[in-house]
Amino acid sequence: MKKNMAYPYGVWMVVFIVCPILLIVLYAFSDSAGGFTVENFAGIVEYWPIFVRSFVLALISTVICLILGYPLAYIMSRQPPQRQQLYMTLIMLPMWMNFLLRTYAWMSILENKGFINQFLNQIGLISFLQNHFGYTLDYIPLINTSGAVVLGMVYNFLPFMVLPIYTVLIKLDPKIIEAAQDLGAPMRIVFQRVIFPLSLPGVISGITMVFVPSVSTFVISKLLGGGKYMLIGDLIDLEFMGNAYNPQLGSAIALVMMGLIFLCMWVMNKFDDGSSEEGGLML
Amino acid sequence: MSKHLIDLVNIKKEFDGEPILRGINLYIRDKEFITLLGPSGCGKTTTLRIIGGFETPTSGDVLFEGKRLNDVPPYKREINTVFQRYALFPHLNVAENIAFGLHIRKMPADEIARKVSRMLELVGLKGFENRDVTSLSGGQQQRVAIARALVMEPRVLLLDEPLGALDLKLRKEMQFELKRIQQSTGITFIYVTHDQEEALTMSDTIVVMNRGHIQQIGTPTDIYNEPVNAFVADFIGESNILPGTMLKDRLVRFCTHDFVCVDEGFGEMTPVDVVIRPEDLKITPTEQAQLTGIVESIVFKGVHYEMMVRTEHFTFTVHSTQCETVGKAVGLSVDPFDIHIMHKSEQEGGQMEEKR
Repeated sequence: MKKNMAYPYGVWMVVFIVCPILLIVLYAFSDSAGGFTVENFAGIVEYWPIFVRSFVLALISTVICLILGYPLAYIMSRQPPQRQQLYMTLIMLPMWMNFLLRTYAWMSILENKGFINQFLNQIGLISFLQNHFGYTLDYIPLINTSGAVVLGMVYNFLPFMVLPIYTVLIKLDPKIIEAAQDLGAPMRIVFQRVIFPLSLPGVISGITMVFVPSVSTFVISKLLGGGKYMLIGDLIDLEFMGNAYNPQLGSAIALVMMGLIFLCMWVMNKFDDGSSEEGGLML
Repeated sequence: MSKHLIDLVNIKKEFDGEPILRGINLYIRDKEFITLLGPSGCGKTTTLRIIGGFETPTSGDVLFEGKRLNDVPPYKREINTVFQRYALFPHLNVAENIAFGLHIRKMPADEIARKVSRMLELVGLKGFENRDVTSLSGGQQQRVAIARALVMEPRVLLLDEPLGALDLKLRKEMQFELKRIQQSTGITFIYVTHDQEEALTMSDTIVVMNRGHIQQIGTPTDIYNEPVNAFVADFIGESNILPGTMLKDRLVRFCTHDFVCVDEGFGEMTPVDVVIRPEDLKITPTEQAQLTGIVESIVFKGVHYEMMVRTEHFTFTVHSTQCETVGKAVGLSVDPFDIHIMHKSEQEGGQMEEKR
């Protein structure tokens, strides 16, 4: 009976997960005529800087998300239940708004004549810079910078960092915290030796859930980076949809990226095992 | 032995305006095993948490050797706690759990290792150093929790229903163990339980609590033999509690019969509660009995039979090693000194505290 129930899911997984991956592998190892080749992988080498950029920006975003997200999750978990509900809703609310729309909103905020620059103009900062520091532009460049791309990633993916950490923290038995205090630990040490190490599973899944979409995003870099900061996602987009139509190369890039993400996650999990034994001295 | 270690002075505690403790006055002597006993919701755990520093009293003072302890945070108190569900650190192994507090004291590693292994020996877990705490049985986790608190060499150990999650046989073993540990270390134990048998077995002093009041303080023998009111009598062991009237000194009427008893000073024609322990009722031939009734049911309890005997006005619980038959008419007798007379218990109680 149980076996029969699992059957549709098995079919689903084969059709929609296993087959597509096999297709990508097949594509990656064929030339445009359909013959076997490893040329596609050799072709990736020239895109190496894009890979590096993607990983660096994703890493920066993930670290910022962790630095912002952990305290937020921690503070949330200490609130009375009703207030927790409120914070939860506030964090979820933007996610119910369309992803593109949110990113467009950031465009209009960051533009050269956008909200922030208008504000800086109003308070006279820009003319101050022009008069005293020989600043030549009449705006501060915000959009089409790598900073804008990172901002977009942090803004969009922060909830994915907060939620798993929060979930782990609220499940933490308050008696364990009391036990640590009872044994002579002031709150700072309780956090270092007990709360943080026990929240590591949440941190790990938060990092995964932020890093993976960050490294493969293409909309954010397109809209907020102005095409100047091409990421792997943009590259793959270009190979399938753009002028450089070359699905074989695109598949090879996708495959390599998948491999690199796997590698990162593996290192991450190793790190988790090590640090939990050390009592979590990571922060 | 008579030195006061901890004093609770008129402790009151409210949660959201709801009174939990309504004025607790209690002193705890150095090196004694004291048990707070009562039904759930009586305030015993709250009292313990106030002593541990996890709750602050709404009013009243906690004194430790005469010094006010109210505002001292838990991590600065010479008091350690064994929590109800152990609250072990799941990310640490057995030895690391026990060493946790010593590490915080920045004790040298070799000294920590020595103390941890001595503790493991004391609680009978030698060789378990590197075991994962989550892989241990309830009884073993309990021992780790006790070792983790004892290794700190506290002046006072608080135990919050520590044996509640264990099966009966293990519980008996651990009761004995705890008493042994308490005697060999000379640490003051403050023990919370709702299990009267556990309290009677282990304690030097029992504090019976109900509805945020102390009902009675005394040795196990005192509490069992001389309960001050019907609540205590009912809570400690099984009892037949029935309404009666004190006719005069040493004469009480219940079930429309007059009985000679040993209590005095209740005045004349005073309504009282009469308490008779089931084991103090003797089954006799009907012709020489004070009361007669019909055996309604018999349950075999191992050491004795528990019988319900219905008389004209009251159904008595009787414990006897001798088995009767259901439906048989029997007589019941009770000796004068086994009839306990009590003032009608006031619902709020509390008038009896500080009798010790």
